[in-house]
Amino acid sequence: MMSATVGKWLDIGPTTQIEPGTARTLPVAGADEIAVFHTMRGEFYALVNKCPHKQGPLSQGIIHGDSVSCPLHNWRISLKSGEALGDDKGCTPTIPLKVDNGRIYLLREAVIPTGPFDEPAPAAQVAAA
Amino acid sequence: MNAQTTIETPKREKLVVIGNGMAGCRAVEEVLERDADRYDITIFGAEPRVNYNRIMLSPVLAGEKTFEEIVINGQDWYDDNGITLVGGDPVDHIDREAKTVVSRSGRVEPYDKLLIATGSDPFIIPIPGNDLEGVVTFRDLDDVDTMLAAAEKGGDAVVIGGGLLGLEAAHGLSLRGMKVTVVHLMPTLMERQLDEAAGYLLRQELEGRGQTILTSANTKVIHGVEGKVVGIELEDGTKVKADIVVMAAGIKPATGLAKGANLECERGIVVDDHMVTSDPDILAVGECVQHRGACYGLVAPLWEMCRSLADHLTEQPSGYEGSVTSTKLKVSGIDLFSAGDFSGGEDCEDIVMRDASRGIYKRVVVKDGKIVGAVLYGDTADGNWYFDLLKKEEDISDIREALIFGQAFASGGGALADPNAAVAALSDDAEICGCNGVSKGKVVQCINGGAHSLDAVRSTCKASASCGSCTNLVESLLAITLGEDAVASGPKTMCKCTSFTHDDVRRLILEKELKVIPQVMQELHWTTPDGCSSCRPALNYYLLCAWPGEYEDDEKSRFVNERLHANIQKDGTYSVVPRMWGGLTSPKELRAIADVVEKYDAPMVKVTGGQRLDIFGIKKEDLPAVWADLNAAGMVSGHAYGKALRTVKTCVGSEWCRFGTQDSTGLGVKIEKMTWGSYMPHKFKIAVSGCPRNCAEATIKDFGVVCVDSGYELHVGGNGGIKVRATDLLCKVETEEEAMEHCAAFIQLYREDAHYLERTAPWLERKGLDWIKSQLFDDPERITRLAARFRLSQKYWQVDPWAGRAAGAHKDLHSHIAEIRPLEMENA
Repeated sequence: MMSATVGKWLDIGPTTQIEPGTARTLPVAGADEIAVFHTMRGEFYALVNKCPHKQGPLSQGIIHGDSVSCPLHNWRISLKSGEALGDDKGCTPTIPLKVDNGRIYLLREAVIPTGPFDEPAPAAQVAAA
Repeated sequence: MNAQTTIETPKREKLVVIGNGMAGCRAVEEVLERDADRYDITIFGAEPRVNYNRIMLSPVLAGEKTFEEIVINGQDWYDDNGITLVGGDPVDHIDREAKTVVSRSGRVEPYDKLLIATGSDPFIIPIPGNDLEGVVTFRDLDDVDTMLAAAEKGGDAVVIGGGLLGLEAAHGLSLRGMKVTVVHLMPTLMERQLDEAAGYLLRQELEGRGQTILTSANTKVIHGVEGKVVGIELEDGTKVKADIVVMAAGIKPATGLAKGANLECERGIVVDDHMVTSDPDILAVGECVQHRGACYGLVAPLWEMCRSLADHLTEQPSGYEGSVTSTKLKVSGIDLFSAGDFSGGEDCEDIVMRDASRGIYKRVVVKDGKIVGAVLYGDTADGNWYFDLLKKEEDISDIREALIFGQAFASGGGALADPNAAVAALSDDAEICGCNGVSKGKVVQCINGGAHSLDAVRSTCKASASCGSCTNLVESLLAITLGEDAVASGPKTMCKCTSFTHDDVRRLILEKELKVIPQVMQELHWTTPDGCSSCRPALNYYLLCAWPGEYEDDEKSRFVNERLHANIQKDGTYSVVPRMWGGLTSPKELRAIADVVEKYDAPMVKVTGGQRLDIFGIKKEDLPAVWADLNAAGMVSGHAYGKALRTVKTCVGSEWCRFGTQDSTGLGVKIEKMTWGSYMPHKFKIAVSGCPRNCAEATIKDFGVVCVDSGYELHVGGNGGIKVRATDLLCKVETEEEAMEHCAAFIQLYREDAHYLERTAPWLERKGLDWIKSQLFDDPERITRLAARFRLSQKYWQVDPWAGRAAGAHKDLHSHIAEIRPLEMENA
């Protein structure tokens, strides 16, 4: 799961905050909410929390293998690529994620869309919900 | 000129090795093999002993080997090769300017080339009590000695960590007579090597051998008395007694020295393909390094790394390109194998074979015609073959069908690679069905005798009628005997993950006493590792119906509405429907609902078809607070979101209505009090009408009561919806008590027999009204027994799910991890 992407990583907390087989959400000011998935196999993925079909919150779907079934109309979305599987067509943006030493990191550039950011900007990173 | 010549010994370069473990010594061996005279070698070791095989510490702990037996290089090796071993005096720091290392005792050793092979450190979980006496790691011989000393006194051991190392420690300690509990953070043992199914088998086996396995268990604190460990406490409050606690929660590359010398480090010491660090005179090898982004915790990559390193040190550079690793091991005598990437994916295909009776599970992951991963449990004979195919990236398309049966079968090539041909090649007396002892000849005979479908074969000669693992073979025989096209497709299977039908699965859950989802999947030969969104909710329902009070609901296998106890709407918000018993309400309830609507700014409130109020537009974060407010007014969940008892609709009845014959409202309330909270195959609606004018529309409900002067008519199997179906009259009874008893019995019959997501109307049409009547009335005891089973289940399910959530249960489902916002907003 180590991503080869180069960039700054945003620490979003320990892996233990998401139980295997479930997902949790991360609202982003000025951009789409992110869903972070933990599969039964123990892998982590981050996607925009929107089904390409009717924007259903993917974080609330049933997670099986490395796909999630959307809670609204049961479209199956790949957690690896964000692509709709089977006969459906569409794609949800994915966010590069890595796990290191029990913590989850998202690629900062992929998370923060616009707006001014001071560097370094720890205060701008993650505020506990 | 003097005749005497002195042969000047060229001054040998000085190679200093930090680390006397497997990596350091192997690297030295490789260098010596290439050029024995080139370097003057000094090795520093933290332990005061010669080089031994660290991965054999488990057998030492288990009493299967002695320390002497696991020594790789004895003192004579150091002597013979002129190597200076500095044991028990670890290097304290590296001085790159002076090109020296300084040991803890103050010894200064100059180097020309320095090799760091410090390996890895055990990961110590940062919890209170981790420094108590009796808390040990499992890394070196001293740790083993500590454990052995503890084991001599007997008692309880807790091993934190259900990975390879932890399980080996647990195995050793339990062989030494201790009572062992393994505490593992993840839900699956050895989740890095095994998938869920194999992890489940391993767990079952270890539990059978007397170990206690706690998964999804987060250790909160280690308790001690007078500085000595006495037990641990988990996040959920569970306490486990312990005389010794082994921390085996993982390892991390030991990078301290390298970091202190300002060498580039990430997770490990960063090295290039020649194992050179950011300083050209300093190299590193083994578990402490990070090569092309990867850190390794296994022994196999070591050999390749050391080869490349020695080539570089003797100026014949070759380069290391990273390793694909496989793990083949025995835990408590159980054979396990895993290799490559077995996490699956959309382009990947899983080929799964399960043999429940022999305790075997095999899974090969194929992508673009090549093997990319494999997990084997119980029978690892073909592990090396799969690993070989994986490493060579061989195209396996030609042998794909037979791949899972192993090399001997698949390599038969040509004809044998076709499973039908393989079955055709079997002799007539070959056994097809082990459960019922049916030979191939007998199956073919029965097909020729007119059994032209799987079901027909099952009912005539019993082949594949028990465990079902020979279903593929029987299907092959049908195809061979009748031709591919002639085979009638059997009854619909539950989903693509299984060849069993809903009825088969329900029957086998009871027969085989299957009690958790992974067990059902293993015993019934599921072809996917963890099911799909069709079978998981169905299995969850079947299990909770079969084992009330015993089965622990699996929220991960619930649809969102049942997980969040509210109905998701198209914009991702939720609607909330509190229960209004029989459609009755009060000023207090109405006020509470009005307050919730205002407080949470709900954009809409609507009267539902089931005689209650639906509050729309609630955010998932606000749900617990909304429920707390509704609970405070005495209201509970209406289960408007569930495959469950929804509403009991009533008319006003004899109390007010001039036509009313009985107290329909009162009976409706009583029925709702009896049935609320029960999960069903699908949603279930009830109505009670006070007279045949039927204002409560009881004849399009799953169970409807129509009151008449002489008693109560009971109607079943109706629904509105896409295909409207009016009820059939089941029977007529004289008293309220009888009406309620029949209601409970009918519901339980439906709960125990219908397929998941099958409403009573299609269920009744499939089974026939006569069948339902005979089930209920043929045996006079039957109604009582069914109703009793329903009441038993209700004992466990009549708990308001909202109350728990309002009190803080499953907070994670209702809260975000955190919020991300730009700095300016932060300051604002």
